[in-house]
Amino acid sequence: MALLKIKFSQQRRVRLAQGLWLLSWLAVMCGAFIFCLGVYLKIELLRRDEVMENTEIHVVPNLLMLVGLASIGANWVASRVCQDSLDASRFPRWKVLLLGWYAVAALLCCLLLAVVVLSYVLQGRLEESLKVGLRNGIRFYKDTDVPGRCFQKETIDRLQMEFRCCGNNNFKDWFEVQWVSNRYLDFTSQEVKDRIRSNVDGRYLLDGVPFSCCNPASPRPCLQNQLTDSRAHYNYEYQSEELNLYSRGCRQALTDYYMGLMNSTGPGVLSVILIQLSVLLSMRYLQTAVEGAMALETPEGESEGYILEKDVKATYADVKAKALDLLKFAQVDPASEAAGAEEGEKEAEATAKAATPPPAS
Amino acid sequence: MAVLKVKFTKTRRDKLAQILWILNWISVVTGVILFSLGLFLKVELKKREELMAERDIQYVPNMLIAVGLIACIINFLGGKICYDCVDSTKFLRWKLIMLPYIVCTFFFTLCVLVGALMCYTMHWELEEALNLGLMQAMRFYKDTDMPGRCFLKHTVDTLQIQFQCCGNSGFKDWFQIQWISNRYLDMSKKEVIDRLRSNVEGKYLMDGVPFSCCNINSPRPCIQQQITNNSAHFNYEHQTEDQNLWMKGCRQALLEYYTHIMQSIGLTLSVLTGVRYLQTSLENVLRQGDPDSESDGWLLENSLMETARTNLSIIKSLGKSNQINTANNGDPNIDVPSTSKAHYGPDN
Repeated sequence: MALLKIKFSQQRRVRLAQGLWLLSWLAVMCGAFIFCLGVYLKIELLRRDEVMENTEIHVVPNLLMLVGLASIGANWVASRVCQDSLDASRFPRWKVLLLGWYAVAALLCCLLLAVVVLSYVLQGRLEESLKVGLRNGIRFYKDTDVPGRCFQKETIDRLQMEFRCCGNNNFKDWFEVQWVSNRYLDFTSQEVKDRIRSNVDGRYLLDGVPFSCCNPASPRPCLQNQLTDSRAHYNYEYQSEELNLYSRGCRQALTDYYMGLMNSTGPGVLSVILIQLSVLLSMRYLQTAVEGAMALETPEGESEGYILEKDVKATYADVKAKALDLLKFAQVDPASEAAGAEEGEKEAEATAKAATPPPAS
Repeated sequence: MAVLKVKFTKTRRDKLAQILWILNWISVVTGVILFSLGLFLKVELKKREELMAERDIQYVPNMLIAVGLIACIINFLGGKICYDCVDSTKFLRWKLIMLPYIVCTFFFTLCVLVGALMCYTMHWELEEALNLGLMQAMRFYKDTDMPGRCFLKHTVDTLQIQFQCCGNSGFKDWFQIQWISNRYLDMSKKEVIDRLRSNVEGKYLMDGVPFSCCNINSPRPCIQQQITNNSAHFNYEHQTEDQNLWMKGCRQALLEYYTHIMQSIGLTLSVLTGVRYLQTSLENVLRQGDPDSESDGWLLENSLMETARTNLSIIKSLGKSNQINTANNGDPNIDVPSTSKAHYGPDN
């Protein structure tokens, strides 16, 4: 019992070939779209490279680019097959390739699915990477004179202004770090000496934040220093003030941004998977219908198209038997060559017999 | 006396028609670019209209959009004509329209030149508008509780951050304005009262700037208060310090931005004008020639003075064009016998 058998007249075969040709060119466009998506995502990740500690998340755009390119190639081959499918003299040369093509197409669909899954699974790793990267950035904010770290101030300032965020989890992260370099501290001043003595590591800590944390939407000119002291500023309540600085942490802001990017591409990727699957199935139908037609006495007549020649269990048994035969063939004892040669011939016949149905399936 | 007379065989005329066709399409593309640049300029001006005082500068992008569209239409028509020029039967269809078409394009080229001139006058008007507008915006920076002005703080802050500028001409503009609202001033403090008394109008002026003036490239955390007081900050000299705040004024920054857009528009316009002149002269050439035999081609049929006179007379007689059409089949250079010759070939 063949799986999902459909009858195909000559006209239906022609229509199938034409439809599949269009569909495969659509799939080529989709492949290009997936590639461009991968490139875009990679560029966005590279832009914020300095605040990310590891590059594990880069596997998502890399896979997308690979799948995009492979998909363009595979679907272009599919369109060529369609063009030759109705010509009985040119179609046979594609027959050998088709089994491999099915494997490649199925692999592409699996990879795309894996990409969707990975983009959710790697969210935790992305957050970890951002946490460490931002912590380093904030710690080295003051080191504008140390080579290798001198860009951190600009990076963090730009990041906070662009993503409207402050600090790692929130603005209080800046209270725990010395972000004013010693070069700009007057060590003769009593206030500075007091502050440095007041903590174990001898750091100059203050309850202030850099200017890049300031929220332009605040109705009041930005308050950056003595944030926890409600009396230091007129008409100011530290606990209830929420418009003065950005309240979001940069780790959260960046994670939201990247997750948003990947989520918005989710539906696109899923529809590309569907298109690729439909190309695969249509190609199978076309192949079986055309081969059936070629085997008939009247090539213009009706033929049958199916996905598998026998049902799933029988096909699986066939494939298993063929695999075992091949293994046995490889393990033939060279000592008993004479008997082995005879047996080998019989085996070859058997494998040939077993081999003739499988190519049609 | 013909100007720059050149002999044209049929093949050369065909080549000429082909070149003209290409030029027409270049002009169409340039027209499209002009149209989109005009649209872009319109959007950009609208975005910053809060910072510009009431000046009538919207006419420039509107005119550019119109010119772009007209350029497309005229050159599309021109392309069609050129395409048909090669075929002698189709060419006759267009003979009636050729002369008015050339007159139209001549006027259009004038418009394009006028447009380029207007772009330059706009520069001065824009500067005036920005000057006044920015001054107003800075003055109302503190009025975040007044409807109609409450958004100006946000606008000015985002402008200074985005365009990397501070104040109108420089950061010192902020010293002359009270940019902190009275709601946030503690009137019971002596320091505040002193400052308010120290100037005639009772404004709270200080040598400080808003946070949006801070330069992110500075190696040092931003110094916003007591900018002119060297002793207030360690290792600081305000005369030599140029990395702490943005040095450029916002008026200049915005002007540079818009000038950049206008320069691209100016370039497009000049390309359009050049191509246009080339086209009109070549079209004249084709118009004079007999489709099948060798003929003379020239840049202008008569000397410059004569051409100007003929064009003027054409303009004058535009109103009476109908009468001329029926009398001479619209073109004084070809009478009926030669058209029938063109139909049946040179042998007949």
